[in-house]
Amino acid sequence: MIECIDVAKRFGTTAVLAGLTARIEAGEIFAIIGPSGSGKSTLLRLIDLLDTPTEGAIRVGGADAHREPEQSLAVRRKMGMVFQKPAVFNTTVYENVAIGLRFRGEGMAAIREKVEDVLRMVGLAGYEERRARTLSGGEMQRVALARAMVIEPEVLLLDEPTANLDPVSVALIEDLIFRLNRDRGTTIVFSTHDMYQGQRLAHRVGVLMKGVFAQVGTPREVFTLPASREVARFVGVENVVDGVVAAGENGTSVIDAGGIRIRAHSPFGAGEAVSLCIRSEEIRIAATSGDTPGRNSLPGTVTSVVPRGPFSKVTVDCGVALSSILSWKAADGLGIGEGSRVVVSFAPESVHVVRRG
Amino acid sequence: MYEIIEGIAEAARLIITLDPGVMSIAARSIIVSFTATVAATLISIPLGAAINFGTFRGRTSLINLIQTLYSLPTVIVGLLIFLLISRVGPFGFMRLLFTPTAMIIAQTVLVLPIMTGLTISALSGVDTVIRDTLHSLGATRLQFLANVMKEARFAILTAVAVGFGRAISEVGAAILVGGNIMASSFSGSTRTLTTAISLETSMGNIPQSIALGTILLAIALGVNLVITRMQHR
Repeated sequence: MIECIDVAKRFGTTAVLAGLTARIEAGEIFAIIGPSGSGKSTLLRLIDLLDTPTEGAIRVGGADAHREPEQSLAVRRKMGMVFQKPAVFNTTVYENVAIGLRFRGEGMAAIREKVEDVLRMVGLAGYEERRARTLSGGEMQRVALARAMVIEPEVLLLDEPTANLDPVSVALIEDLIFRLNRDRGTTIVFSTHDMYQGQRLAHRVGVLMKGVFAQVGTPREVFTLPASREVARFVGVENVVDGVVAAGENGTSVIDAGGIRIRAHSPFGAGEAVSLCIRSEEIRIAATSGDTPGRNSLPGTVTSVVPRGPFSKVTVDCGVALSSILSWKAADGLGIGEGSRVVVSFAPESVHVVRRG
Repeated sequence: MYEIIEGIAEAARLIITLDPGVMSIAARSIIVSFTATVAATLISIPLGAAINFGTFRGRTSLINLIQTLYSLPTVIVGLLIFLLISRVGPFGFMRLLFTPTAMIIAQTVLVLPIMTGLTISALSGVDTVIRDTLHSLGATRLQFLANVMKEARFAILTAVAVGFGRAISEVGAAILVGGNIMASSFSGSTRTLTTAISLETSMGNIPQSIALGTILLAIALGVNLVITRMQHR
């Protein structure tokens, strides 16, 4: 449905997108995740023809309207877009939502029916005559979503649609995105810096970093098998340890991380510079090195215990700093605090090894 | 001191009794300035839109020039129009000098820069997200322009109100090209609130001046109320 080929966008001397290539299939929900300033909004604006790429091609439904400007209105009318900052026209809710249909010359009766339908869907039935500017941020964003939905676009682009909204509006908007895709088969591309939102909603996730997709895959792939240490950091892998493969054969390697030896499953051979990604929930902490056959077992000293919701994040210095997540009960049972001597253990299979550099 | 208090009392009487002399001057002032404002509106809105949406060389310089002309001295405009329509001027044959029409032309020219400038500000003040939204909803060029104008409507109305306020309160141009004539017929006269105040004060006719000044202030206040209300929409 959408093809981006070597897309670059520069503003003056600042390169925002640097040769990005991606393919978004019809009927999928695709999340663009990435840190602030990584080019998420710019990419969506280029797709929606609000800006032109410095290099490369973007095709929507096969047409490259950047190259063929006479196509641009037709291509643009296949798409709807919701912006991060809720913006409504200074008129009633009804007129706000109706405007796209008016642009397309629809009849009064059809407009009334569609607008009322869509307002029901976004939970704003009965708001028709309210002035849109008097609504709350969450309600305005729902008006913006309704305004884009009512034209029944083939592609719906959403630029951080739930940033700065209250949890109720977030849940409602997420539910709408899900239903719109399921019931109408709308292709949905949304950007977010909330990686869990990407995980909840998307069929596929693209991690945008430094102007290119560092990784594209299913949420599971991206979250468990990040392609680089940067992606690992971004998707919330707490423990990223740099090292060098000391010995490796048959898919198992021993990695030297600053004097500490860690066994891991990896395809890399000796001498290769790598990063080890270990999710903190995979790391166990015990008072003594008990029976842990096959596991990496490292003694160390607790450097901090930080509460996090119903859990505690315990950081242990084993030569490298490793963090684990424990329930309060488990932390209390171990009787640990700063300075306690403990043993940290994790299975070689829990270590995801990526090449560094 | 006593004279001033007496002047105020007499002014109140002139206003309350709707003194025909005072009322006809007020009516003429409003008609002349209103007509000038309408004419300036018809020119400044399309002109402002063309400058705002246009992309041409010297656009920024043009906007700067327009903003400089906000404080165009009224007597300069009066002089300019005087030279154009005086007997020896290029439009002298139209015999417009010392007519209400001449005052309307002068006031139109006077308020054009500020109305055009404020129209440009009003249009460029429309949020970029609003513009992007219009494009993304599939607006044609014309639909886009119409809706940006619609979004800026209160700010544009403010520009119109400001223009009217400047027109009705100016004295320099009206006195130069109007001549402050009190003829027997309403349409043959060119005495307005400001020119009349200037004349009556110099003749020591203080009550008349205070009455006229009060009316002028009331009109200015009304215009200001309209502007304030617009800016809160």
